[in-house]
Amino acid sequence: MHYFIHHKWVQFIALLAIFFVLVMAISPVSGGNLWRFQENIFWLLPDTLNNFLKYLINDFWLVETYDIELDLTEESTMIKEFTRSLSGVILFFINLIRELLLGGVKTVVTFTSWDFISEHPWARIPALPWTAVASGAFLMGHFLGGRKLSILAGGSIIYIAVFGQWTPAMQTLSFVLVAVPLSVFLGLMMGVFAYKNKTFKIILTPLLNVAQSMPHFSYLIPVVVFFGIGDHAGAISTVIFATPPMIRLTILGLKKVSPEVLEAGLMSGCNPRQLMFKVLIPTARHDILIGVNQVIMQCLAMAVIASFIGTKGLGYDLLVSLNRLNIGEALELGISIVLIAIVLDKLSLAWANKQADYFADLPFHLHHKYSLAFFGILVVTSAIAYAISLFFPDKPNYLYFISDTQGLTTKNFWDTIVDWIITSTYQSVQSFNVFMITSILVPMKEAYLAMPVAATLFLVTGIGYLVGGLRSAIIVAAFIGFIALTPWWDRALITAYMVTFSTVTAVIIGCTVGVLCSRNTRATRVILLVCDTLQTFPSFVYLIPVIMLFGVSDLSVLIAVTVYATIPATRYTVEGLRNVPQSLQEAASMSGVNPTQRLLHVELPLAFPHIMLGINQTIIFSLFMVIIGAFIGTDDLGQLIMQSLSRSNGMGQGIILGLCVAFIGLAVDHLIHTWSDQRKQALGII
Amino acid sequence: MSTPIQPVIKCESVYKIFGENAEKVLKKTDGEVDTESLLEAGCVIGVNNASFDVHKGEMLVIMGLSGSGKSTLLRCISRLIETTAGNIFIDGEDLLGMNEKELINVRRNKMGMVFQSFALLPHKTVLENIALPLQVKGISTKDSMARAMDMVNLVELTGYENAFPRQLSGGQQQRVGIARSLAVEPEMWFLDEPFSALDPLIRKEMQDEFLRLQSVLHKTILFVTHDFDEALRLADRIAIMKDGVIEQIDTPANIVLNPATEYIAKFTRSVRRERVLSCQTIMEEYDVNTDLSDITVSKNAIIDTVAERVLSEQKPVAVLNEQDEIVGTLNSKIIIQVMFGETNNLPINNNAESQA
Ligand SMILES: Nc1ncnc2c1ncn2[C@@H]1O[C@H](COP(=O)(O)OP(=O)(O)O)[C@@H](O)[C@H]1O
Ligand SMILES: [Mg+2]
Repeated sequence: MHYFIHHKWVQFIALLAIFFVLVMAISPVSGGNLWRFQENIFWLLPDTLNNFLKYLINDFWLVETYDIELDLTEESTMIKEFTRSLSGVILFFINLIRELLLGGVKTVVTFTSWDFISEHPWARIPALPWTAVASGAFLMGHFLGGRKLSILAGGSIIYIAVFGQWTPAMQTLSFVLVAVPLSVFLGLMMGVFAYKNKTFKIILTPLLNVAQSMPHFSYLIPVVVFFGIGDHAGAISTVIFATPPMIRLTILGLKKVSPEVLEAGLMSGCNPRQLMFKVLIPTARHDILIGVNQVIMQCLAMAVIASFIGTKGLGYDLLVSLNRLNIGEALELGISIVLIAIVLDKLSLAWANKQADYFADLPFHLHHKYSLAFFGILVVTSAIAYAISLFFPDKPNYLYFISDTQGLTTKNFWDTIVDWIITSTYQSVQSFNVFMITSILVPMKEAYLAMPVAATLFLVTGIGYLVGGLRSAIIVAAFIGFIALTPWWDRALITAYMVTFSTVTAVIIGCTVGVLCSRNTRATRVILLVCDTLQTFPSFVYLIPVIMLFGVSDLSVLIAVTVYATIPATRYTVEGLRNVPQSLQEAASMSGVNPTQRLLHVELPLAFPHIMLGINQTIIFSLFMVIIGAFIGTDDLGQLIMQSLSRSNGMGQGIILGLCVAFIGLAVDHLIHTWSDQRKQALGII
Repeated sequence: MSTPIQPVIKCESVYKIFGENAEKVLKKTDGEVDTESLLEAGCVIGVNNASFDVHKGEMLVIMGLSGSGKSTLLRCISRLIETTAGNIFIDGEDLLGMNEKELINVRRNKMGMVFQSFALLPHKTVLENIALPLQVKGISTKDSMARAMDMVNLVELTGYENAFPRQLSGGQQQRVGIARSLAVEPEMWFLDEPFSALDPLIRKEMQDEFLRLQSVLHKTILFVTHDFDEALRLADRIAIMKDGVIEQIDTPANIVLNPATEYIAKFTRSVRRERVLSCQTIMEEYDVNTDLSDITVSKNAIIDTVAERVLSEQKPVAVLNEQDEIVGTLNSKIIIQVMFGETNNLPINNNAESQA
């Protein structure tokens, strides 16, 4: 008897039983606060937050400013001035890079004035011919990583140019080239500081946790309020979004440096700065590079989403074409974004792994052969491009610039395919849609909405208690309780249902594929490569093929989410199984079990904690993607966040909504990590 | 027995106490270290009242089981951790009183350290690793690389200079560690279990290599090991630690012959004495009337190396000092006793080394 009470499964079943009793007992009509929390003081939170932020911007810390051009003294606030100058600086850099690539006058204006420009027509930065950029990419790829990388980098640029996406692609590139270094720099510095300063780290850790579980959209909202809209606002929200993983990985990497390496650095006579930059950071470079890599991925993902607040580039065009259901165009744009992501990813990795040769006593021209070659190509391609423009002023100059309309396009091809798919599969897709919606999705959604809040809170708190004792119970109850107190509990339940559905599907698919592939080393390698590549795709891109095949519906959102979330499930399963110690596998084989038994009784149990972390990722990925799905049209938290983006007083609401999403993620994250750590400890594999 | 020459390293009552409560307890007792109350407060005593000198060109081996405080002592002397109480002097200068800049200067010019796990920088090539101490000093890339290349040759890694640590075997990696620690030509050389991570055969090879280097370089060395045989092979003097306390600090011969405590005797019991003792420690007094054999041995020769020759002689063998004067004799009876007899009834010249 005693054994039963203390057995986790029994406790869990008891928990479920009480949960169902509560569900039955509390009716929507008479349940009152047990059914849903009634309007309470928490509902004022968004407005209070709103007013507070407004106060900060408009009335806090007044300063006098002087406008030279208008010769006027104006009243402003410190925060306004600060955000204004920050925006200015960032915009300047974006424009500088953009105009180096595309030509323009804004950079010159910064140092002179618009009058100067109109008086001196020569005062503009000329655009680089795309041929020059492509050759540059070839060279850089070759310099950093040899032939393969060279072909990848150069080929991607040619693709972009030839398909007439030069302008938006270079806009995106300039945006990314500002946001990435800025995020990497900030993340590295803050990570280093947190490593050195305990207090700072203690303050930073919870902020990082929340920041990493906030959906993309919620970063846009405060940024719009403080910085307005435009490229700079997009860059700033991107930087805020992309910095936390960089900080986290920097701290992680630095902490992992072995104490003896640190001591070796000290004994070599490093001062603190040398120790950090010559010893610690390079030794931690593996994790820091993963950080850089994440930053690049986050920046590209955000580059699409930031187009909601006026960032120009591929993302914006993609949004427009998706809105118009121009699937072919969207696909081409998506490919460009993915290519840029992959190329930047690979170039940055190759750059970090590059080593110098000290004893190569080379003559000047060999030592600088890449710079010289680039300079030469720059001159030659520009000369050709300008010469053609000069001699054939009226004809389109394909070697200089290929515009949207001149470029090749496969639009029609794709559109035809899409049409064909839609017409030929209409019946089956439609019946699949109807089946899924009426017999699975709607009932599931209704079941979620039929849970009284008291029952739900009891359930999650109980699970928290079973997993991690009182501490976990309190943490989980606080996260979920916060959401329950806001006016958006129902929306949160819808988000939860969508996440549940896609997670379950993704885990089933991912684990199956993972287990199958892990049986064979070759398949393991292939599937890991596929996962790696798919992971570099900005999340938004996943919507394209789904809309193409399934049209616009709740179901397509769920399919996109599932596809996206299957990646971590697969990857962690493969990794977990691959990392089962060889000796254990051999021991199992020797004791005469067949491969299936070995999988079931040895490998899976040992890999399970790691797979569980994959499931955690799957849930977080689903959560993010569900929110992005708001773009197609859902009725959950994400939809409200999108709406608050366009409402003038939506800021407070948007932030609280973002927190709600983050708290769902954090609660799950906490539970799974606690469980997985315990399990690993029990199995002795930490 | 004080020498007029200043010791290179001098430790006076060095204490290192770990633990959150250490400071509180110390404050109560006014900085006086009271081990009882510290242990009660849950502190760990890493080093307990260590005092000793190390002289120029001397190799002091710090021996003890793991957790006995060897690394802690070494790190106090290299000031990688802050000493709780006591004084440490490096070339007569107060190490613990130095500010950061002075400390960095001492490390850049006088100290080199080798680590158990090699502690190489994974992102740098062999050459770059070795050049690190030079580069942080501000020496130009060209000069430091040239000097690093000399070090590569010194540790016999020629041809591997552009390899990365992960491409090398353990022994080779530790050669890099050794080269790095010697790159700035330090006068003090600290080695923390440098060969413990290596396979026995490689370890032996590295010990030989180490002795070869030391015979050329004559550094002042603190060498940490948990391997008593290694200590005996290398040391001029051995300090044996237990629970932070230096139980005995003496020459290998004296430790083997006169273990100060029961604890140390446990180590020495299984030692092959003939491999440790030199002839002078067991020789008999020279009687002019003795009929001596034709062969002679040097008083510093290890018994093991001459045993066969002495055993094959009927007559006693003369033991010579550096000036080729006869200082004593050895016969096969003594040798057999040393090799196979009980410890306690040896005809031992206890203070042989100090007499010499
Ligand atoms: N940073 C530390 N904090 C607390 N205790 C420590 C620390 N470093 C070492 N110790 C303790 O001090 C004792 C001596 O450690 P150490 O000098 O590393 O031993 P050895 O090198 O002889 O194996 C051990 O009991 C160890 O647990
Ligand atoms: Mg140690």
